[in-house]
Amino acid sequence: MIDLPPEAWEALSLSLRVSVVATLVSLPLALWVAHLLARGRFRGRGLLDAVVHLPLVLPPVVTGYALLLLFSRGGPLGAVLEPLGLGVAFRWTGAVIAAAIMAFPLVVRAIRLAIEAVDPKLEEAAATLGASPLRIWRTVTLPMIAPGILAGVTIGFAKAFGEFGATITFVASIPGETRTLPSAIYAFLQVPGAEAPLRGLVGVAVAVAILAVLVSNWLAPRVAARIAGR
Amino acid sequence: MLDLAIRRGTGDFTLSASLTVGSGVTAVFGPSGAGKTTLARCIAGLARPDAGHITVDGEQVFGPGVDLPAYRRDIGYVFQDARLFPHLTVRANLLYGAAAGVSPDAVAEMLDIAPLLSRRPSGLSGGEAARVAIGRALLRAPRLLILDEPLAALDQRLRGQILPYLERVRDGGIPILYISHAIEEVARLATTLVLMKAGQVTHVGPVGDILSDPEIATRLGPSQAGALLEGVVIGHGDGLAAVDTQVGRLHVAGVEGAEGTRVRIRVRAEDVIVATEAPQGLSALNILPARVVAVHRGQGPGAMVRLAAGDGSLLARITQRSVARLDLTPDRPVWAIIKTSGVGRIDVGG
Repeated sequence: MIDLPPEAWEALSLSLRVSVVATLVSLPLALWVAHLLARGRFRGRGLLDAVVHLPLVLPPVVTGYALLLLFSRGGPLGAVLEPLGLGVAFRWTGAVIAAAIMAFPLVVRAIRLAIEAVDPKLEEAAATLGASPLRIWRTVTLPMIAPGILAGVTIGFAKAFGEFGATITFVASIPGETRTLPSAIYAFLQVPGAEAPLRGLVGVAVAVAILAVLVSNWLAPRVAARIAGR
Repeated sequence: MLDLAIRRGTGDFTLSASLTVGSGVTAVFGPSGAGKTTLARCIAGLARPDAGHITVDGEQVFGPGVDLPAYRRDIGYVFQDARLFPHLTVRANLLYGAAAGVSPDAVAEMLDIAPLLSRRPSGLSGGEAARVAIGRALLRAPRLLILDEPLAALDQRLRGQILPYLERVRDGGIPILYISHAIEEVARLATTLVLMKAGQVTHVGPVGDILSDPEIATRLGPSQAGALLEGVVIGHGDGLAAVDTQVGRLHVAGVEGAEGTRVRIRVRAEDVIVATEAPQGLSALNILPARVVAVHRGQGPGAMVRLAAGDGSLLARITQRSVARLDLTPDRPVWAIIKTSGVGRIDVGG
C-alpha cells in the first residue's frame, strides 16, 4: 500500500464521498434539465442552456464566490438554512454543492446528446401500443439513453473529484471537513519537505481518474450492446 | 365504426376530410402527398386537427373540448418503418401493448414469426420486421387497426408474400384502416375504398364499384383501372384455375386455393379487348358475352369502356379510334376477351 500520512487518507475518503454524493444528487436534476433542453419547446430555453453552461465558462473562483455570497450567513439562502442547522458554508455538504455545480454542465451535456439521439418515432409507436408517457419513458427512452447517463455520471464524477477552485473559495480547506484531495495536494505544496505525501496523493488522484474512465469504458459497450440487442 | 370530419392546415397543405365507414377493411388510396398519413395520424392521436370531430366505435376521441391522447384511444398503428424496439426481443416487442397474461403464440403462429420470438429486431429481415410489427399491434387487441403502408418499404416479391398474412388479419375481424398507394394491395384487401387527393376525400364506396368506375379510373391512371371480381374456385387444370365470377367463368393462372375457395381477381382494363362479333380461332381462353354500358373518353387517344357481363361489370381500355370504328354505344352487345396472363400473380387473393 502507498505510505501516506493519515490526513492524506482522510482527504481521499472525503473526496470520494463528496464526489459520489455530488454526482448522485445532481443526476435526477441533470436528467430533467437535459430533457428540457433536448425536447422542450418553450420560451427561455436558450437562457436555461446558457445558465446551465455558466459554471463551465466562468472562472471557478467566481462560481465559488457566488456560492459564498448565496450561502453565507447573510446571503439569501444562508439566512434561511443556517438557523435551521442546514447551513453548508464551510461544511462538507458545501463541498458537495460546489462539486455538483461544477460537474452539472458536463453531466447535462452527455445526457442531452443521448436524448437527442433517441428516435421519437419509437416513443410514438409505444404510445399507439397504449403506453402512458411515464411508461414510455421508463421502457423506451431510459434504456436507450442509459449509455449517455453512464457517460455523464463518469465525467461528472471525475470533474467533482478534481474540483478545486470553487470548493476552496466556497468552503475553504478545513482538514477533515472540507479539505478534499485537490485541496490537500495544494496544502502539501505549501509545506516544505512534504514531497513524499504530495507525490502519493498525486498518484492517487491520477489512479482514481484513470480507474473511472476504465470502468466507464468497460461498461459502455456492454450497456450499448444490451440496448441494441446484439 | 369510424366517423370523422376534420380540418388541419400546415403551411400550404390543408387536410379537409369527412368520412363515415363501417367495419371490414377500409382502404385509403391516393397519390403521395394526398394527406393519407396525416389523416391516419389524426385518427390515432399522433397529430392534432385544427377543428372537427373523430368518433371511433361510438366514442368521441376528438372533438370540441375532447382530445384523447394516443395511448388512450385504443387504436393500433402499424407504421411503414416497423419501429420495433431495438432493446427488446421479438417476444417482448409483441407483448409490449398486450394485456397481462396474453400469450403471443396464436398471433405468432398466424404470422409465421414463432421461430423469431427470442431474436432481437436488429437481426430481422424487412419482411419479418413488418410481420412482427403487425403482430405487435394485433396483440394489443385495438378497436381499430391502422396500417400505414406497411408494405411500402418492401420489394414486390416480399409484398406478395406478406399479403396473405394481411388477409388472415382481415379475416380476424378487427376493423382496419389501410393506407396505401398500391392498387394491388387495395384490390386484394379492401371492402370499402376511400380516394384522397390534395387533402380531400373525393370518393367513398365499395371497392369493386370504385375501381370499375370509368370516370374514376381515368384519374387513377389507365394502368391502375380495372374490374374487381369475386369468385369461387371450381377446379384446376393445365396450371390454370377455373373460377366462377359475377361476369362468368374465367380461366386464370396463379390461383392456388382448393375447390370452393373464395378468391378476388382483378382484371386490368388494359387486358380486356372488345369485339363486336364472336371471335373465332383466338388463343385467348376467356371470351365472355357482354354489353356496353358507358364509354368514357379521357385525355389522349384512350377511352374507358364499361361493360356489363353476367351479373358483374368489366372495364376495357381501348383507343377512341376503335370506339368510333366499332360504333361502341351504350347497350351494344359485344364480346369481352381477357387474356389469361392478364391476371397477374399479385392480383389474385383469397
